Amino acid sequence: MSKEKFNILESTCIPLPLENIDTDQIIPARFLSLTSREGFGEYLFRDWRFDKSGNKIEGCVFNDPRYSGQVLVSGKNFGSGSSREHAVWAIAGYGFRAVVSSFFADIFRNNCLNNGILPVVVKEDYLQNLLKTIKNDPSVTVRIDLEKQLFTVLPDGESVSFEINKYKKECLLNGLDDIDYLLSIQDAIKAYELRKTLGK
Amino acid sequence: MKPETLFDKIWDSHVVKTIEGGPDVLYIDQHFIHEVTSPQAFDGLRARGINVFRPSMTLATADHNIPTQDQDLPIRDKLSRKQVETLTRNCNEFGITCYGLNDPHNGIVHVIGPELGFTLPGMTIVCGDSHTSTHGAFGTVAFGIGTSEVEMVLATQCILQPKPRKMKIHVEGKLGKGVSAKDLILYIISQLSTSGATAYFVEYAGPAITALSMEGRMTVCNMSIEMGARGGLIAPDETTFEYLRQIPSLAQDPDFHTHLGKWAQLKTDPDAVFDREFTFDAGKIKPMITYGTNPGMGIAIDETIPALEDIGDETRTSFIKSLNYMGFTPGMKLAGQPVDYVFLGSCTNGRIEDLRTFAAFVKGRKKAPGVTALIVPGSKKVEKQAIDEGLAAVLEEAGFSLRQPGCSSCLAMNEDKIPPGKYAVSTSNRNFEGRQGPGARTLLASPLTAAAAAVTGKITDPGELM
Ligand code: SF4
Repeated sequence: MSKEKFNILESTCIPLPLENIDTDQIIPARFLSLTSREGFGEYLFRDWRFDKSGNKIEGCVFNDPRYSGQVLVSGKNFGSGSSREHAVWAIAGYGFRAVVSSFFADIFRNNCLNNGILPVVVKEDYLQNLLKTIKNDPSVTVRIDLEKQLFTVLPDGESVSFEINKYKKECLLNGLDDIDYLLSIQDAIKAYELRKTLGK
Repeated sequence: MKPETLFDKIWDSHVVKTIEGGPDVLYIDQHFIHEVTSPQAFDGLRARGINVFRPSMTLATADHNIPTQDQDLPIRDKLSRKQVETLTRNCNEFGITCYGLNDPHNGIVHVIGPELGFTLPGMTIVCGDSHTSTHGAFGTVAFGIGTSEVEMVLATQCILQPKPRKMKIHVEGKLGKGVSAKDLILYIISQLSTSGATAYFVEYAGPAITALSMEGRMTVCNMSIEMGARGGLIAPDETTFEYLRQIPSLAQDPDFHTHLGKWAQLKTDPDAVFDREFTFDAGKIKPMITYGTNPGMGIAIDETIPALEDIGDETRTSFIKSLNYMGFTPGMKLAGQPVDYVFLGSCTNGRIEDLRTFAAFVKGRKKAPGVTALIVPGSKKVEKQAIDEGLAAVLEEAGFSLRQPGCSSCLAMNEDKIPPGKYAVSTSNRNFEGRQGPGARTLLASPLTAAAAAVTGKITDPGELM
């Protein structure tokens, strides 16, 4: 089933200069009882955004009207902990299309790619500068060019390249889905099963 | 032939196909599912109009949402009830075995897989749950996946996955008295940090590892994910085989001996190369406890929390935020701090050996007034065993009571929440903000340290009471 295609994204950013943000923060467990993929956006970072009575917590970047955008920029080791894909559904549901960090947890990164969210890895010092730049000027816009694998702070910042494996890049650019691919090679899967039962 | 690691041997023999410049198509031998991360995957199958490809290779259980008291009554929380019912309905519709609530085989997915003989050496195992790494204790390549990937496995019994790099963690020497597998892994994570093994698959080896029981090995492999590793495994040996011989369904299989022979071959070749290697000395490890909000923030129970000067610049903001949340200060000593809750359970330490350890320690002692203890077996089987062995009676005598199995306070999706601001010594695997309930403050430790806290009402080195 095709997904939204990703090519070039130009957007302002929301900065989150903390390390080791785990998926329990991104979406607390008590919101995992939904049985569809929709509706998680409003619970994104729920306990950082709202207090117990449901009032906005002041000082939380998500409640600061100066910051908005489709790019989340976060400290090292983003998305660690639980494998819950709900974290990515919440990020997507909130309106993000890309997350920038110097390091992502493995399962989280796969989950992003499987939902059309682009994880962009940049060097630690670049990240620290970027976080500072956004903090000083919340209106700063970045450009993410997936085809060329380039990340740029507009208008005239230096472009840095980022890695993504060729297969996943194609999937994102064309809005393709892994399951379609796997279903298309079912004969190879059956042949593997046969080899296995015959002891190769 | 080029020498290979055990991980290579298992992974490579399960590759159906390699996509150029992309991931491997990996065949999965055993798939586990639970109520939280599967409903959207089944919806996906329905939307595509396809069936489960190999229904007999998936096993389901309800564990995350379920209450740990009055399990015979309908689940009170509406959403949780719906999620558990949805699992049963999906499994019926697609022909998958489901050990749901009240089934004698029910329990936490990573506890029942091994105890019922579904987890076998040499397998590839996945589950929509990061602690799938637990099964690596049997010499399997087992790792957690997201819901889109659950759908892939249901649809094709395969998953697209880049091959992780390989790390070896060698543990020399012998664990001291009162120091357990939990302390060992908390120590390793405190040394490597929560991202120290990201992108790697770990093999644990060395005398301190082989000396562990299967329960201990599961505790170690379980927490591999807490240092970011894709998974962790331990080569199967006589301890593994003896555990498997005790499982009736396996021992009765006429081919069991042939299997044993094959499993005995599952080892890393002597000269195989790992991408990274670490060596630790078990003799240096003391009972551990965490003071912060990720599992890497651990210290020996008699140490002090690091001072601010010892923390690097980029990490400082997170460190201060974390200590504020916990209500601690840099340089502070943890021993002697009052404790409100104790949680014994989870897929890390909810097995029979953990209950035995806890019961043996509290025997002849009394629960401290003011401490609320949640003692939660990992499965129906563990619960029954605890009753049959008289552990439940020992616990009662000391002022504790045994609850019914489930994930419980490990992630507090059910009613077993720790109230805001309260301190809980927990044998689970994550001390993230709000993990045990909004505002809850979690201190991860071993069952023995949990028992010591339960009877003293304070953070206590169990060694002092032994
Ligand atoms: S016990 Fe905790 S860690 Fe284990 S499966 Fe349940 S929720 Fe996850």
